[in-house]
Amino acid sequence: MMKKVYARTTGIQDKVSGFCPGCMHGTVHKMIGEVAEELGIMDRLVRAEGVGCCGLGQNYVSYDTTISPHGRACAMATGMKRSNPDSIIYTYQGDGDLASIGLAETMHAANRNENITVIFINNGIYGMTGGQMAPTTLLGMKSTTTPEGRDPEKGQGYPMHMCEILNQLTGPYYLERTTCTDPAHVRKTKAAIKKAFQNQIDGKGFSMVEIVTSCPTNWGMTPLKAVDFINSDMLKEYPLGVFRDRSKEEKEAE
Amino acid sequence: MERDLIAAGFGGQGVMMFGTLLAQGTTDATDKQVTYFPSYGAEMRGGTANCYVAISDDAIGAPVMDQVDDLVIFNDASLEKFIGKLKKGGTLFLNTSIVKTRPDRDDITIVEAPVTEMALEMGNAKVLNIIMLGVYVGYSQVIDKEVILKAIEHKIGAKRPQLVPLNNEAFEKGLEIGKAARK
Amino acid sequence: MARIFMKGCEANAESAVRAGCRFFAGYPITPQNEIPEYFARRLPEVGGNFVQGESEVASVNMLYGSAQTGTRSMSSSSSTGISLYSEGISFMASARIPAVVVNVVRGGPGIGAIQPAQQDYLQATKASGNGGFRMIVLAPSTVQECVDMVYEAFDLAERDDNPVLILADGVLGTMMEPVELPEMKSDEEVAALKAKYYEKAIVGHPITDRKLGVPGSVGTGQEIRNIEAAAMYKTWDKDIRCEEYMTEDAEIILASYGISARISKAAVKDLRAEGIKAGLIRPITVSPFPYDVFKNLDFDRVKGILDVEMSIPAQMKWDVEYAVQDRLPIHECLRSGGQIMTKEKVMEEAHALVKEVL
Repeated sequence: MMKKVYARTTGIQDKVSGFCPGCMHGTVHKMIGEVAEELGIMDRLVRAEGVGCCGLGQNYVSYDTTISPHGRACAMATGMKRSNPDSIIYTYQGDGDLASIGLAETMHAANRNENITVIFINNGIYGMTGGQMAPTTLLGMKSTTTPEGRDPEKGQGYPMHMCEILNQLTGPYYLERTTCTDPAHVRKTKAAIKKAFQNQIDGKGFSMVEIVTSCPTNWGMTPLKAVDFINSDMLKEYPLGVFRDRSKEEKEAE
Repeated sequence: MERDLIAAGFGGQGVMMFGTLLAQGTTDATDKQVTYFPSYGAEMRGGTANCYVAISDDAIGAPVMDQVDDLVIFNDASLEKFIGKLKKGGTLFLNTSIVKTRPDRDDITIVEAPVTEMALEMGNAKVLNIIMLGVYVGYSQVIDKEVILKAIEHKIGAKRPQLVPLNNEAFEKGLEIGKAARK
Repeated sequence: MARIFMKGCEANAESAVRAGCRFFAGYPITPQNEIPEYFARRLPEVGGNFVQGESEVASVNMLYGSAQTGTRSMSSSSSTGISLYSEGISFMASARIPAVVVNVVRGGPGIGAIQPAQQDYLQATKASGNGGFRMIVLAPSTVQECVDMVYEAFDLAERDDNPVLILADGVLGTMMEPVELPEMKSDEEVAALKAKYYEKAIVGHPITDRKLGVPGSVGTGQEIRNIEAAAMYKTWDKDIRCEEYMTEDAEIILASYGISARISKAAVKDLRAEGIKAGLIRPITVSPFPYDVFKNLDFDRVKGILDVEMSIPAQMKWDVEYAVQDRLPIHECLRSGGQIMTKEKVMEEAHALVKEVL
């Protein structure tokens, strides 16, 4: 007798993705699908995706999906969740979408503790539009709009730390930053995604997983070099960890 | 027949209540057409307050008019601002406790009532607008007095029933002045 | 049905609730604040949701989100706020999402003035956002019409899968008038409306029956969607509504919509009393516009048109000119920037027109 030990998630379509080699969107999409299966929420799952490479996911995931105007995914998800609380809604947003043009929507959805799940892909750059500076671009990092490297002295500002910023608010329920550089971190990321969805199922509120990922194409690196860069540079600026976990606080209070 | 009025004064003199009681009461108790338009500004308090009320047997055109039949004025600044909008042959209702100037027009009728002093004598300065409403209804007879008494019951009685007798009394006092001025 | 004395904004909101609206998102801006305030009190009573958005941009996207669930949803704003709605409305039009938006127009351009105006006509009827989409735009001239149009707007939006705009103004929003309110849809009816939308709703489905909300697409997809939308817009001829008042023998025509039209109507009565054969054409749907009513005028009898609107420069006049071409002189009677049209002003301009053309 053969025993099935692994199956492709039904949460993604059976086709080849157009994401660049070494891009981690595919890994994250797969994990979301697996989590939805494990939690038994696939037929209640709704994806509100941002604009940018994160907006390509509609072509690969297999469940209900809608596309918000650039940056507005948290506002859109607010409307969707309020009007249909049975849906399990997550936003899928890049750093430009969530932390630049959509900063207000992100902050206020968190502040209201909207009962939604936010998957935030932080690769420090605008991918689809061709490698411009993002709010999360590291200092000194070259982009097409910071050709000499990001320099605050030139009025280009500093990297923005969304978990830390949202952690200043009373509202959010769960904030964690993870990465996908190796199997151990992929597993940790999946556990964080699962927790973020479980919180929504339990009606707990705003849960965000910030995933530090790579953009080999726009970083101008091979996929393996990009992974090294995450470990050597990105994670120094964006330390991994749980920033907010009200469920822990609730347990301790008991 | 359409009858239009502007009521104007300081914020806090109950100008808007004057207009809404008249308009609300007429809506509730008659089949007439009514419009009420409150002017609004950027300031929440202070400054001047004014409103436009039209009462008509037919559909009402403009809710805001350049020329009105009646002008109800609670302070000098409003008199200056609005006297030009009173039609020839129109009626000016003046709170003479506050308004010291008189318009330089001989083509209008002026009905005077010291409504602030009267209200103070009654022990509640706030009812000055209700006294003036009595003066207006008593003189113009645009609607029956019961219409306003019902409106007082409905609008003021809903939140503060203890104030209904005082307001009724204030309205009746004004009504007498208005009726007397008509003669 | 009993008459109730209501403020325009509140009447709008109550009518929406009665039509089954169970979601409202909005951001404070004068002169429409009584709409969100009313919803904030009222929606919890009927199991609905009110959200004060952090901006107009957020609010319109909350509307977009809610409407995708098949919940009857509405938002309101005023002029400069509606400019911020543009992107969201454009997305809804592209994704074919039914929703109702109310614009209580104030003075413009820019921050303009908080007092009433009609300066968003071209924005409302021609280009409420990028991409060349269209909406049915209803222009009430009384508080009763606000009530009736809001109630109907949800049906139109769902019929076409398209946003519908109510083009009101600060007078209609602020003034009080007696109204008769429409029937309150029962909880069962409201639930049935939502259930009916399930086949299109983005609420979660079995993956074999996946739903995709698409405000755009790659390849030829978007053009196919645009062709479908354009075909739908062409079905709107049947929806054109226009009031013609004393036009049968009119020699001068006042062309006006919304609040200015009711003032113009009163002016027509006064002009007739003076022996001047005046009439009024009032587009009720300003989109689709009743071009034929103007095209079919008897150009031998009618000598001139007076375009009456609270906008400087004139905006609806573009549509009137398009219909009339050079066959008639079109005069303007305009106010703007928060200055309200009065009958006296209309009479003055009408007399000037009469002097020139009759």
